[in-house]
Amino acid sequence: MQGSEAIIKTLIEEKAEHVFGFPGGAVMPIYDKFLDYEDELRHILVRHEQAAAHAADGYAKISGKAGVCLATSGPGATNLVTGIMTAYMDSVPLIALAGNVPTSLLGNDAFQESDMMGITMPITKHNFQIRDPNTIRSKIRKAFKIAQHGRPGPVYIDIPKDSQVKEVTKDINNVLIAGFKPVLKGHPVQIKKAAEMILKAECPVILAGGGILISKAYAELGELAEGMSIPVTTTFMGKSCFPETHPLCLGVIGMHGRKVANYAIGNADLIINVGCRFSDRITGDLKTFASGAKIIHIDIDSAEIGKNVKIDLPIVGDAKQVLSELVKIIKLKAPKSRGWAEKIKKFIKDCDCAIDVKGSPLDPRKIMFELNRILGKEDILSTGTGQHQMFAMHFVKRDVPHTFISSGGAGTMGYGFPAAIGAKVAKPDAQVFDLDGDGSFAMVIQELATCKEENIKVIPVIMNNAYLGMVRQWMELFVDKRYSGVHLKRTPDFAKVAEAYGLEGITVERDSELREAFERAYKADSTVLIDVITQEEANILPMFSAGANNVDMFGGCIQNKGELF
Amino acid sequence: MDESREIGGKTKKHIIGIMVDDHPGVMSKLSSLFARRGFNIDSIVVGKSAHPGMAHIVISVVANDEIIEQLEKQVNKLIDVAKITDLAPAQSVIREHCLVKVASTEKSREDIINIAKIHKAKVLDINHSSIIVEIVGRPAKIENFIELMGKYGIKEVSRTGINALQRGTK
Repeated sequence: MQGSEAIIKTLIEEKAEHVFGFPGGAVMPIYDKFLDYEDELRHILVRHEQAAAHAADGYAKISGKAGVCLATSGPGATNLVTGIMTAYMDSVPLIALAGNVPTSLLGNDAFQESDMMGITMPITKHNFQIRDPNTIRSKIRKAFKIAQHGRPGPVYIDIPKDSQVKEVTKDINNVLIAGFKPVLKGHPVQIKKAAEMILKAECPVILAGGGILISKAYAELGELAEGMSIPVTTTFMGKSCFPETHPLCLGVIGMHGRKVANYAIGNADLIINVGCRFSDRITGDLKTFASGAKIIHIDIDSAEIGKNVKIDLPIVGDAKQVLSELVKIIKLKAPKSRGWAEKIKKFIKDCDCAIDVKGSPLDPRKIMFELNRILGKEDILSTGTGQHQMFAMHFVKRDVPHTFISSGGAGTMGYGFPAAIGAKVAKPDAQVFDLDGDGSFAMVIQELATCKEENIKVIPVIMNNAYLGMVRQWMELFVDKRYSGVHLKRTPDFAKVAEAYGLEGITVERDSELREAFERAYKADSTVLIDVITQEEANILPMFSAGANNVDMFGGCIQNKGELF
Repeated sequence: MDESREIGGKTKKHIIGIMVDDHPGVMSKLSSLFARRGFNIDSIVVGKSAHPGMAHIVISVVANDEIIEQLEKQVNKLIDVAKITDLAPAQSVIREHCLVKVASTEKSREDIINIAKIHKAKVLDINHSSIIVEIVGRPAKIENFIELMGKYGIKEVSRTGINALQRGTK
């Protein structure tokens, strides 16, 4: 058996069903073998390698198993880099494979050679180079193990061309990794202490991060929150892990999050952080962040505990395991009455301002209003990066876990559309919307061809405000409206571009046309692009400035500053 | 404002032993981690360990306790790292190896050799204008020796950095 066949067989052994890729000289032997295994492993041809990585990322977030992408050496591999880094920042299990020049030419600056081992080092959980075809099986299997266990992350595998061509002469199937032993079980004494702190607290808040989704701990989270009447705020990455229409849900926290969420953290006496890494977009100024609260931090990655914020009680472990133990202990004791939760519920309602805003060009909130209407419970919303992403985070409500995907840590423009393609492949029965910006979408517009030729239906909705809106907003707010390099002037005509790719495109210019366009796209059998002509200078508010106290928010519905009561 | 939230504190020297898989690329993974996380490493000593296929690395770094904790946790996340040991001075044997090339004349040669003897340092090479001395010991002893040699004129110094092992049976 040739190395290339061993690669395909190992991918299948690891339950991969799809590979998003783009061929080239250094991976031709692998592409040749795709023809022999089409029934078990479907190759999806994208039109740019970055999209392959994002699609595999979206696929992984929805399917819960590692997504696989493939590129050729040199520029093919470097085009994966943005996608790998995006997956790294959001702890997404991704297997990125790329060819390389034959081992005899490595280091010689041969044609299409790049030092991908060096390049991917700081943006992967681990990387492997396969110089001996006999190690293909063990290295690829180790890669899946590393990518999917503990805190997930991307693993890059570099495969010189001769390793793909040479025969495999020995079956090595060793997946033992001495230095890889994620701590899953939280320390019982720490969990007991956490239970005591929760029972004693008067104003507790749960801060639920992406870790809840990764560990599928939503049921345990729900039990803890409901059983103890504890309000829950999620991070951007944790969005959808707790039903957003739940009376205890504060919505998303952070720079563009809900005031009630930020204020609740500012007024809490106990924060129960589960699977959130206290990013700067959540904390604002570390000196003032949650200054009145004790903090419990539950995380599978011990390096995240105490990295940014000083913790009163650390628990290293898997969110699902720790929460289920915690709930068991707490259930045995009588909870204190929670006047705090009752008071907070009122503010949750106040933050739900009316968003069915009339007028044309459209108010961005109107798009969110219609999205809330059209999206089924199991449907998926993907986003690019920018204002539209924050509008979605703030105003679109998701009740079912894994129905919202976006690039959080990296803030990658161009993520939304290919990730939506990957999500659709992972969950074909769901309708997948990609809410995108005119800037973000244009970066990956070529993937319309992937939708067309691979017959993958997604619904790109472009919030077309003619600007790189988020940068424009910052220029307006922080540098006296000195707009520099942000005016896109509504080029191109996105609907016409869709038509050029053989797909339907709809331009929505009036608020009254949006609902019909959504319904038409929803019912269609193939991709329908909706270009929504949006107000040019609408801002996403409320917000707090970078590095400011997180309760110093401005704009938005409720007007009180920092204090809840 | 709650000052205790701020992460910081007094800096001191820490010595950390790291057992790693011995294959190409491990050192670059470690040094790349130190560089991008902003950990300022004083010295690194690398060599084969008693376990086949594993190398032992000793790093020394001046930092506060929080930074050291973060460094250890980040290093531990590297898949190639099998084990980390905090080599606290009280429970460890700490040595450094150093070669010093000192300028010498017929007049000064004997003095230099005498000082070397007192420091249990070995003279490895003598010629008309210089002497190479090998000294092994705790870093303070080496610094002291180099300082004494300064009077005669130091031509070159090559130090290994701190090497260490935990005492006892652990």
